[in-house]
Amino acid sequence: MEVLIALAIGLLTATGIYLLLRQRTFAVILGLSFISYAVNVFIFAAGRVQTKAIPIIGTGDVFTDPLPQALVLTAIVISFGMTAVIVIMALGAYLESGHDRVDMVEHEDDR
Amino acid sequence: MTLALIAAVPFLGAVLASLAIRFGRGASAMAAGFATALALGLVVWQAPVVLQGQMVVTPIDWMPALGLNANFMLDGLGLLFAGLILGIGLLIVLYAHFYLAAEYPAGQFFTYLMLFQGAMLGIVLSDNILLLLIFWELTSLSSFLLIGFWKHLPEGRQGARMALAVTSGGGLAMIAGMLILGQIAGSYDLSVILTQKEAIQASDWYLPALILILLGAFTKSAQFPFHFWLPHAMAAPTPVSAYLHSATMVKAGLFVIARLWPVLAGTPEWFWIVATTGMVTMVMAAKIALFKDDLKALLAFSTVSHLGLITMLLGFGTKAAATVAVFHIINHATFKAALFLLAGIIDHAAHTRDLRRLGGLRTLMPITFAITTLASLSMAGIPPLNGFLSKEMMLEEAAQAVWLTPWAMGLLATLGALFSVAYSFRFLAHGFLGPVRHDYPHTPHDPSVGLWFAPGLLAGLVVAIGLFPMLTASWLVNAAASAVTGTPVQKTIHLWHGLEAPALWMSLAAVGAGLALLGLYPRLRAIWDAAPRPEAKTIFDAAIGGLARVARGVTGWLHDGALTRAAAIATLTILAAGTATFVTGTHLAGTRTMLPVEAVAAIPWAVLMLAAFATILMHRNRLVALILTGIVGLILSAGFAYLSAPDLAITQLAVEVVTVLLMLIALNFLPKETPVESTSWRRLRDLGIAGLAGAGATALAFALMTREAAFDPISAFHLAQSKPGAGGTNAVNTIIVDFRGYDTFGEIIVLGIAALIIFALTEAILRSPTALAALARGRRRDVAGDRHPMMLAVATRFLLPLALMAGIYLYLRGHNLPGGGFVAGLVVAIALLMQYIASGFAWSQARQRVDHHTVIGAGVLVAWAAGVGALVFGLPFLTSGYDYVSLWPLETFELTTASIFDLGVFLCVLGAVMLSLASLSRLARAGGEPVNPTAFDIDPSRAEGGR
Repeated sequence: MEVLIALAIGLLTATGIYLLLRQRTFAVILGLSFISYAVNVFIFAAGRVQTKAIPIIGTGDVFTDPLPQALVLTAIVISFGMTAVIVIMALGAYLESGHDRVDMVEHEDDR
Repeated sequence: MTLALIAAVPFLGAVLASLAIRFGRGASAMAAGFATALALGLVVWQAPVVLQGQMVVTPIDWMPALGLNANFMLDGLGLLFAGLILGIGLLIVLYAHFYLAAEYPAGQFFTYLMLFQGAMLGIVLSDNILLLLIFWELTSLSSFLLIGFWKHLPEGRQGARMALAVTSGGGLAMIAGMLILGQIAGSYDLSVILTQKEAIQASDWYLPALILILLGAFTKSAQFPFHFWLPHAMAAPTPVSAYLHSATMVKAGLFVIARLWPVLAGTPEWFWIVATTGMVTMVMAAKIALFKDDLKALLAFSTVSHLGLITMLLGFGTKAAATVAVFHIINHATFKAALFLLAGIIDHAAHTRDLRRLGGLRTLMPITFAITTLASLSMAGIPPLNGFLSKEMMLEEAAQAVWLTPWAMGLLATLGALFSVAYSFRFLAHGFLGPVRHDYPHTPHDPSVGLWFAPGLLAGLVVAIGLFPMLTASWLVNAAASAVTGTPVQKTIHLWHGLEAPALWMSLAAVGAGLALLGLYPRLRAIWDAAPRPEAKTIFDAAIGGLARVARGVTGWLHDGALTRAAAIATLTILAAGTATFVTGTHLAGTRTMLPVEAVAAIPWAVLMLAAFATILMHRNRLVALILTGIVGLILSAGFAYLSAPDLAITQLAVEVVTVLLMLIALNFLPKETPVESTSWRRLRDLGIAGLAGAGATALAFALMTREAAFDPISAFHLAQSKPGAGGTNAVNTIIVDFRGYDTFGEIIVLGIAALIIFALTEAILRSPTALAALARGRRRDVAGDRHPMMLAVATRFLLPLALMAGIYLYLRGHNLPGGGFVAGLVVAIALLMQYIASGFAWSQARQRVDHHTVIGAGVLVAWAAGVGALVFGLPFLTSGYDYVSLWPLETFELTTASIFDLGVFLCVLGAVMLSLASLSRLARAGGEPVNPTAFDIDPSRAEGGR
């Protein structure tokens, strides 16, 4: 199972970074979402994964680590707020400038 | 507490002065003056104890683990400086009130001045060198503000920048030096360091520490070769020049040299570095001063020269010389501050400070002339004024010092004194003597008493100390010198040392030759003007320009405005750092037993991987990419549930819904496709970078998960205390609302701020004509006919109470079972958003009674109140309490203050989500979307078109 989770973290990271390297705002925003997914799962996995070990007292004898869960829970909500801010920034930039490029300069090798 | 109070009073005065300006300039000056007088009174109150040889201390532990204590102490040296800072400070406030023209913001001026005063006072009262460094940097900053006070003058701005660059550059060196010193001594408290002379001087780190500390002191006190900033700082208003650049701040370097004298002085390194620097500075600056026409420039170089003199005396390393240094600090402060103030008066009266345009002021400004005569003769070292006393003593010490040869130091000191005589007399003669001229820019006359009172008083001190040194100054000199040298000093100061004293003849030679030099002035001036000289400002500007070019080059290469380049460089850097760590570390496989792979997990995993791959391939079709992203989020939510994290699962699910909604609204305005722009080579390169980063993340995550934690997780505590300590069984929720409540409080505020930013940005967009035109152009015509279908409206209305109930249920059970304020807020937000979708934002908002901002604010306030509630019971902020309540006919249930806090979280999340989405929807209406009057309708434009 750990192998699958690690691979998923890797692919989510790779997808996020590939989209982050695109030149249009929408791709970059999606890329940031993917990177948040990857980071959240990574932090969650840092508590070591277990099944059937819900950290609620009285449900069993084994509990998974609740602290990374608490960290990730707030991170998920905050990342919504941040995504929303970037979205409105991207929208504002598009409406003002008429295009949705992220780069301020043009490179020869970017063509 | 007294000393800490004294150090705090000027800062309070700064606040007071900035507030008092509302009641006029006079009130602001009064506030500054009152604070200064109060601090001075407190210092005087402590003085008798200090003069008896005791030390007043106020220890305050601040961060003891770092050795950073806010310890204050007052000894003889501190008393001398505190007296100078506050005594002259009071005179400066008075003078400045009359000096500053009405069009300049006096409130700002007095605020900066008091800030500086507080910082300076902090330096001389600090017992802890780290605290001293903090105040040290504050003096650099406040002096920057004061030098650049006349913002419209380019010289002011450039001078301020130069002073800041030089003094804070030296400050950086001094931080390093002080840290080394503290490491050697084993403490950052001066009272401890000063007892460690042997250990410090025997250490291998003595010389580096000495050089670094001296760099700080020399830059601050304008010693050669860092002297050049001080003349440029003269662009400051004259009261600032008098206060900072002659009496106090430039002496901060000397203060540090004197403060650390007991442990640093006495070595050959000390003698050679400090005495030589001081001597070179003294002679060189005195020579330049002679050829300056601007009164303030002349005084600036003279100040540099006198600072060099004091440095040289401290550098000799003998107790007698250190005593003379202390005495000269007092004398220089009195006559030089007076002269600066007089230069300001002349500037005010004649509208020029140029000696070539002055002359003959003697009869026009008799009071000014009288005061100037006393102060400048003291500067020249003419008996019986105080400048004479310390100059004689200085020559005496120089005659005894052996520097290369037994006579070289004496000769050079005499040379310095000679130039000093020449420029002092030039100040007097070229300014006041000679015939009255008819071409002054403005006809000069004596100023009001408010302006001449301060220099007059200082000139009175010049005479009093000169005539009665034992009565007026020796007690202070003895106390300060005892503190500097660490042994009791009882110095007797005489006006007359007898004919056999070499100092007398050196002094006579200096006066005679100095006057002769002034007689030859026109010829010397011609030679001086013809000789090429390095211009410090040009060199400094070139050096700074070069640095800026290098910085711009590096920045331009790393960060040229292309986000893609910055992101690629950041990714590769992190990868390189990770690879380097991996290569240099061990690579043993982890030993932790892994979970078995079950089909129920493997199938969604495969879907997730496919969706992520598909996103890479199909991201150009934005709607598809968004759906794929949503699929990934949903599977993650299921994964969280599978891996024992139900709270995460429901939160992820709810957030996914609102995020997709948000992105859909945004996509409504953005282009629906991403065009192909990058070459296939570039796409391959990006895939390579992304692939490497993904491989790194996989390896890291795998290595982490297959090992046990190096330290026991602290969450064992949370699990054990969840029920008994926080009264809840859901450990995740108790961590959020109780154990880490402070963090959560910060997080909901961040969320609220994010929503407010979105609102503000929307307002900005709606105010821009370009954006409005773009919105109107972008409005889609090919939309569905029934924008608000009846079925949807009815169904969501029906669902609303159920969804609200679900939200409340999640909130209430959160402390014990999966749920809580975060997810409840999201669920209620979704319930409301469904109404918005069904009947349109405008229609729904017209029925909204409470505004979203209020909800966010109420959330933060409720959470805050839950935290403050604990304070009422004498417990730390956000300590929660709980109890069981029986309320018929309900079962016994639990009430916790944490649930009040969670209510705050709930409200804040609800408000933030609603405000974000509502803001986006306002853009649609601004684009010309018609507002429907009823809950369900068809698009009116479509209806017309169909007709």
